[in-house]
Amino acid sequence: MTTEPALDAKQRAAVDAAQVAVRSRGYWTTVALRIRDDKVTILCGVVLLLILLSAVFADLIALADPYKASMMQRLKPIGTAGYPLGADEMGRDMLTRLIYGGRLSLFMGISPIVFALAIGGSLGLVAGFLGGRVNMLIMRVMDVFYAFPSVLLAVAISGALGAGIGNAIVSLTLVFIPPITRVTESVTTGVRSLDYVEAARASGAGSLTIIRVHVLSNVLGPVFIYATSLISVSIILASGLSFLGLGTEPPEPEWGLMLNTLRQSIYVNPWVAALPGAMIFLTSLTFNLLSDGLRTAMDVRL
Amino acid sequence: MFDYLIRRVLYVIPIGLGVTILVFALVHMSPGDPLSAVVPPDAPEEMVQELRKAYGFDRPLPVQYVTWLGRVLTGDLGVSVARGREVAAELRIAVPNTFLLAVGGTLLGFTLGALFGGIAGYFQGSWIDKLATSLAITGVSVPHYWLGLVLVIIFSVEMNVLPSFGMGPGGSTAWRWDAEHLRHLVLPVVTLAVIPMGLITRTVRATVAEILNQEFVQALHAKGLLHRQVLRHVVRNAAPTTLAVMGLQLGYLLGGSILVETVFQWPGTGSLLNSAIFERDLPLLQGTILVLAMFFVLLNLFVDVMQSSIDPRMSRQ
Repeated sequence: MTTEPALDAKQRAAVDAAQVAVRSRGYWTTVALRIRDDKVTILCGVVLLLILLSAVFADLIALADPYKASMMQRLKPIGTAGYPLGADEMGRDMLTRLIYGGRLSLFMGISPIVFALAIGGSLGLVAGFLGGRVNMLIMRVMDVFYAFPSVLLAVAISGALGAGIGNAIVSLTLVFIPPITRVTESVTTGVRSLDYVEAARASGAGSLTIIRVHVLSNVLGPVFIYATSLISVSIILASGLSFLGLGTEPPEPEWGLMLNTLRQSIYVNPWVAALPGAMIFLTSLTFNLLSDGLRTAMDVRL
Repeated sequence: MFDYLIRRVLYVIPIGLGVTILVFALVHMSPGDPLSAVVPPDAPEEMVQELRKAYGFDRPLPVQYVTWLGRVLTGDLGVSVARGREVAAELRIAVPNTFLLAVGGTLLGFTLGALFGGIAGYFQGSWIDKLATSLAITGVSVPHYWLGLVLVIIFSVEMNVLPSFGMGPGGSTAWRWDAEHLRHLVLPVVTLAVIPMGLITRTVRATVAEILNQEFVQALHAKGLLHRQVLRHVVRNAAPTTLAVMGLQLGYLLGGSILVETVFQWPGTGSLLNSAIFERDLPLLQGTILVLAMFFVLLNLFVDVMQSSIDPRMSRQ
């Protein structure tokens, strides 16, 4: 169908990476060697790991109680004794809340990609492998979702379902299913027509065996890389929904929501108010760079 | 080529229908009574039933959908439950304001992105390239609602040179081309421009680098053309991809400016969506989403048609 919209650059790269189906023997060794030489990617990996670990082990690291408010300490500036990064509009310790905030922000950002990868990946695999009417049906439905800019779709679904962490995750999952389906479908269609799949079929392999042994192993890599490149957008959108009041609800520590509640305080203590956003930025930037590095390292053509 | 155009234009019809179904379904799957915004909780049951009938909420969903679609096609988007005004009238005020932001953001982002990307692609591997590439990745990674806040902190709170919210003096909702309104435009437009700047830098850089590696460029050099003249060919070859990205970005900014409009309290569709959501004003929510999505569908069509007329290869895929 000629009306199919062109893939964007990132999607193109993911599809291209799959076109060369034959891997040399030491593929993963090569990838590991390439990553070892890529200082930016390693640095990003370390930073991300630190953010993830501090979110997971927040109870051990954080010195204060993230919910304990104090009228006396409201909006203390950065560097106050006992409040290394200041205090928020309720007098709660910022450093503690930033550490705890990572839990919800990361969870709400990453889980939609995981769900979308499972659902969109399966849909794309089915559409690409079966082709014909099934492909038409699945891909045309995806086209309708594509008719919405992603932020609008996320806000529309969350707005209709109402505020809440679960609803935000559902809406973001729906936002990311179409692009993942489209990439998986493209890659699968490309792999399906390769000679060795034909050969497998000629030697009597059933559809399931072909998908499991021959198709999946070549589709999974590029689709996975593409999905990791969506995590940074997902984190920004998830915190954005909370920022609008559609995700987490107070008093939970979450970066987007903290940014929202501190917004009224920018004339009192501007730089404390900017901190939660800086965390969103740092996380999304490192995810982006890490995904770029992985893609370069896993590119079979280089 | 002509066949392709006809097919592409006709494809808008099923997509448009799909969009109306999705918007209708979205709004009607929302929990709670659609009348909760207007009916006080202690209203007598007969009154609720009567209102339900008046709004048509008592009929089966498919019937409601067809009735709604019929009215939408004649330009009637219904009446806002919370404001008591026509949804179309609200949109006539809000849409131009959002357009202004989106067009401004896209143009600024495009200019900077084309410049950075072109230079980076031309001088691949140099420090300028590295700088432009880092700027690009920063642009696509930054949460723009936070960037807006940081700009407000710098230029409104600390330096006090630009207004921090609104579209003009005294809560103006109608744009005028005067200095005060322009001053209000600066921060939101810069904020919105950052994402397209990053994306267009990346696209242009990749496209220029790819074109420079092609044989025809060597042939042009071999023919004795000046650098300047070769550049003209590069620009002409990079244009279709870049324009397509730019067109889509405009669409994303139209639909995605809700976050930035919230930061700057800009009286556009974002603010409309925001209040529709929190006042549970379903007709307003439905109408705003539908209009924005339809703009995006038409913009996609326009981009595809433009692209295939610049580059005939596109329609022969």
